[in-house]
Amino acid sequence: MLDQQRDYVLRTVEERGVRLIRLWFTDVLGNLKSFAISPAELENALEDGMTFDGSSIDGFSRVQESDVLAMPDPNTFEVLPWSDPKAVEARVFCDIHNLDGTPFEGDPRQVLRRNLRAAHDRGFTFYVSPDIEFFYFAPPQPGMAPVPLDEGSFFDLTTTDVAGTLRKETIRTLETMSIPVEYSFHEDSPSQHEIDLRHTDALTMADSIMTFRLVVREAAAKQGVHATFMPKPLEGVQGSGMHLHLSLFDGDDNAFYDADDAYHLSPVAKQFMAGLLHHAAEITAITNQTVNSYKRLVPGFEAPVHISWARNNRSGLIRVPIAKRGNPSATRLEYRSPDPACNPYLAFSVLLAAGLRGVEQGYELPAEADANLFELDDQALSGLGIDTLPQSLSDSLRVMERSTLVREALGEHIFEWFLRNKRSEWRAYKTHVSQFELNRYLRTL
Amino acid sequence: MELIAIYPDPPPPDLARTLDMAGYRWKAVASADEAARSEPAGGWAGAVVAADQDPDGAWAVCRALRKRDTPVAPLLVLVGGGQLADLELRDELFDDFCLSPFHPMELQARLRHLFFRGADTTRPDVVEHDGLALNLETYQASIEGRPLDLTYMEYELLKFLAQNPGKVFTREMLLSRVWGYEYYGGARTVDVHIRRLRAKLGEEHANLIQTVRSVGYRFGQSRWGG
Repeated sequence: MLDQQRDYVLRTVEERGVRLIRLWFTDVLGNLKSFAISPAELENALEDGMTFDGSSIDGFSRVQESDVLAMPDPNTFEVLPWSDPKAVEARVFCDIHNLDGTPFEGDPRQVLRRNLRAAHDRGFTFYVSPDIEFFYFAPPQPGMAPVPLDEGSFFDLTTTDVAGTLRKETIRTLETMSIPVEYSFHEDSPSQHEIDLRHTDALTMADSIMTFRLVVREAAAKQGVHATFMPKPLEGVQGSGMHLHLSLFDGDDNAFYDADDAYHLSPVAKQFMAGLLHHAAEITAITNQTVNSYKRLVPGFEAPVHISWARNNRSGLIRVPIAKRGNPSATRLEYRSPDPACNPYLAFSVLLAAGLRGVEQGYELPAEADANLFELDDQALSGLGIDTLPQSLSDSLRVMERSTLVREALGEHIFEWFLRNKRSEWRAYKTHVSQFELNRYLRTL
Repeated sequence: MELIAIYPDPPPPDLARTLDMAGYRWKAVASADEAARSEPAGGWAGAVVAADQDPDGAWAVCRALRKRDTPVAPLLVLVGGGQLADLELRDELFDDFCLSPFHPMELQARLRHLFFRGADTTRPDVVEHDGLALNLETYQASIEGRPLDLTYMEYELLKFLAQNPGKVFTREMLLSRVWGYEYYGGARTVDVHIRRLRAKLGEEHANLIQTVRSVGYRFGQSRWGG
């Protein structure tokens, strides 16, 4: 199969007149990285990989050996639809290896592969479908507040809908890049949009999210618009989340579905959900990795604050959407805290590890919390045994560093590097004196 | 020349040699299961089954290759002199036979004739359907003359469907024929790829691949116009 895939790629490059092949991979923080090779080098790259110096990539650097090997995954080969038809370009995602051929422990894609293999060894395939929110702004000026493109609200339809046209164009590009879109609409906040992707296996989806972020930004930039996945760019309105719909399949059967259960949830689904809830605080630094992420996770908006679950309560961390009748394959859990600025490979890895831990150890699912949790006070919440998500990046990191689950899921290399990098982000933030403080204290103190 | 299946594995040395000399590409299979497992995405181009060593196993393989939605053809069976009676009532299981031990020239002549007869049904290098064109030699697809850029698995799936227009395939059939059994993603993978193909075909051509409710998928119109 691999040989046929390589043949296919080589032949396509020849037939389509591809001039440049971009090798894509992802750094630890989830930034897309790339270097380009010419078609003449491709056969060699597919066979033996391309060596490059990893020390220039965030989170790849190690003390001694800094060279690593990028091995293209031929099944991800795609012609880039925005390239010049006279000088066609293509991309292919890479797995990063050490020079001896072993998986490189600093590569998020390899980390996800390892976690997916662990799931597969138990007979499970992990499927993910994300709802991705983002904002369109005028090109940002240094020191200035972001300027929304419109003041439109949910499902607004106007004739001069620049953003709508842009979104349509973006979706067309996504679809030509094998990323089918399920829904798209104008979200609550000014200039905020949401695009929901059709589920795929987790590895394909992590690749798709990397492509998605690039396509959204590129399409906007072409129109002189700035698209951002910053979790909370505007104070006082909703931030951008990336709700993840998760399911496990055992062969062709949805392992989360049970026709006889009142919730239509199998024991596996309940234990998986219990695992997510139990380890939610530990994995939050990964699903919400910026200082700004925690300004989204506040009461009063649609973002979750409490570690709870319910069928139809959008204030909790996990929602169990009611699957359409007679469609067991649609049974899933919606994990609502992640934001679109996370590294999808690492986020999927820790979510899967947390859920599977629940299944392995048979965790007990806490009771459903169907009240509006934002209206309950702390005493009532603790009476219900409901905890809150970490309130800041610093809190998250503190919980994460004690977590053996996260350490195992990410591997030592990324675990250590991530903590180091994020602590320094927190330190930089802590020294900053904000407008809030000046407004509040300068005159009165 | 596409791949033909031969039974048993390892094959009789004179059979392997004769096929090699005549330029056939072949793969030996040890059982009906293995014949299904190692079948190329485009299907076996034919089969030669040697029934003189293990007649029961050999006829089981013939039956498995023929009793399917797309029977493997042409199929030539090699029988020993004492086995001629076995051919009776098994006409549907083979297209021709040859006595074993065989004369290499005779076997080659029979195969040449079988493949010549089959030539009008063997698959062309270009599959065309309603504006869609797939060049099987260059792996390139186009729709209304403009290139359609596909990933490898999308291409293989579309090729398989387009080569069998009007036929309904279950997800399981597509998974085993296009991906092969070693793939563990399950039939959901098929849905994911169908959705991706439809997206790439674009709105006006997305219905080239039709969903047949609670069964699977069909390429193009039903033969009965449904």
